[in-house]
Amino acid sequence: MAITTAVRPIPEIGSPLPRRRPRSTKKTVGRVLGYVALGLAAAGVLLPFFWMVMSSLKTNNAVFSVPIQWIPETFVWSNYVDIWQKSDMSTWLKNTMVLSLAVTALQLLTGSFAAYGFSKVRFPGRDVLFLVYVGTIAVPWQAYMIPQFILMSKLHLSNTLWSIVALQAFGAFGVFLMKQFYETVPEELSEAARIDGLSEYGIYRRIILPLSVPALASLTLLTFVNTWNDYLGPLIYLRDPNLWTIQLGLKSFVSQYNAEYALIMTGSVLSVLPIAIIFMVGQRYFVEGIATSGLKG
Amino acid sequence: MATTLEARRPGSRLKWRNTMLGWSFILPNFLGFAVLTLVPVIALFYIAFTNWNAFGTADWVGLANFQRMVGDKSFLVALSNTVYYTVFHIPLTLGLSLALALLLNRKMRGVAFFRTAAFFPYVTSIVAIAVVWNMLFSPESGPINQFLTMVGVSNPPGWTTSADWSMPAVILVGTWREMGYYMLLFLAGLQTIPPELYEAARVDGASAWQRFRNITVPCLRPTTFFITVMLTIGSFKVFDLILVMTNGGPGQSTLVLSQYIYTKGFVENQLGYASSVSIVLFLICISITVVQFLVNKRSEA
Repeated sequence: MAITTAVRPIPEIGSPLPRRRPRSTKKTVGRVLGYVALGLAAAGVLLPFFWMVMSSLKTNNAVFSVPIQWIPETFVWSNYVDIWQKSDMSTWLKNTMVLSLAVTALQLLTGSFAAYGFSKVRFPGRDVLFLVYVGTIAVPWQAYMIPQFILMSKLHLSNTLWSIVALQAFGAFGVFLMKQFYETVPEELSEAARIDGLSEYGIYRRIILPLSVPALASLTLLTFVNTWNDYLGPLIYLRDPNLWTIQLGLKSFVSQYNAEYALIMTGSVLSVLPIAIIFMVGQRYFVEGIATSGLKG
Repeated sequence: MATTLEARRPGSRLKWRNTMLGWSFILPNFLGFAVLTLVPVIALFYIAFTNWNAFGTADWVGLANFQRMVGDKSFLVALSNTVYYTVFHIPLTLGLSLALALLLNRKMRGVAFFRTAAFFPYVTSIVAIAVVWNMLFSPESGPINQFLTMVGVSNPPGWTTSADWSMPAVILVGTWREMGYYMLLFLAGLQTIPPELYEAARVDGASAWQRFRNITVPCLRPTTFFITVMLTIGSFKVFDLILVMTNGGPGQSTLVLSQYIYTKGFVENQLGYASSVSIVLFLICISITVVQFLVNKRSEA
């Protein structure tokens, strides 16, 4: 790793000029190496995406041509028309959108509300309860998915979209993230409001909520993306093809048309596109959300 | 904190009022959380000791499930594959994400763009990623093997179609996907190190390696600890990536614990046995977290 160029300040008495020259060449070498490393890393991260988008615009035979065709000879835009006829893309996208919006709304509402209780109201048992919340973040969902499935079946929720809403909307993650943020809001604000006669609910609504817009934005984006991308939840709960999300749909499309490479790539691009747009627009909030919470749901 | 509130008007009445108030805030989320997370976690410890198979009744069978596990070849394969994944995935991801963070912590053009780019695989769905990488790994004319042939590898590996290479392929993709995320955490950690430390070390004539070894590494310890815990739990529960990329195959070469739970529980309807495998996964994750916590505490002291 040529990360930081070592320049030892040599305690010499000579004129400053010859001392400066080796430093600057060394610095340039370091800079160049840095850029080379950055370029390689960027290529490593982005080439698969580039290949995905380019393959989605090729004819089927051109996807695996030798040598690799980085840019298609002819752009087959019709792939993006055909996919809607060959698959239930619109149903899958609609289901996924409905689920993602519902889960995000619920998570925001209940999460920010509960976080206020954990952060701003002091009562016996509060800290233990919060520890239980945080503790379950460390328990892998895979470890309790079976009892959860039994429970959902008993509640007659499995094989309905409600199951996914229930599964995702009450996670401890939102509570944790919002509480982390509330802790940074100075208590004097709520104190002043209390003296003015505002109830705790009023303080939550009129003071804390408006102040926590950045955290709410982070939580919105993380929850939305998480629900959109979830594969395992829908895989276990949504058996009926009419209820499938884009992830389930794409997976079944891949196994059904396993030789239609170009169309598979088209479907993949379409499944990623909404997330890519959201990510581009709100990347600042993603980064902030990760920095405050240290984890994603 | 509402302590000030208490101090102003002490009394048990207030305590009661605050308790009601606090719970009123927490309850909407807690109801969902309790029913869907807490109850299943507790129920797990009952079901694991029964022979429940979805149709019949659940009879208490004591430790029979766990005895069966010891002799269950598939379970042992799943366990050792999970360890295989973990042992390579953790140091690879840790090293790469730290290297990226160090690289991006310098003032260079394009750093902001790269930070965004490196994070993108993490927000992309597993299904799309697995589909694309499966094609990239395609043994005959996939881009990766074409590249390997070009640089002189005469017999490139079969990746996901070969029992020996499927796990390395999955590990590579897992690392590729997650390194941007952990890079962000490392970057946040690096930015908390006071620059004066480096300045002072430079004046004392410390080399770049010495500065890294004696300033960066110790100052990053809390971050590294946190990341290692997250990575460990993440590696042991690895599932969807494998399910979509290889479905555990070829053969059982990429069968992992989570997938074994899934197969036993949802495909073969052996809910009791699957739950006891779940307990093993649960205990591994918890105990590793606790051990790492203790080690971290000791090295801090």
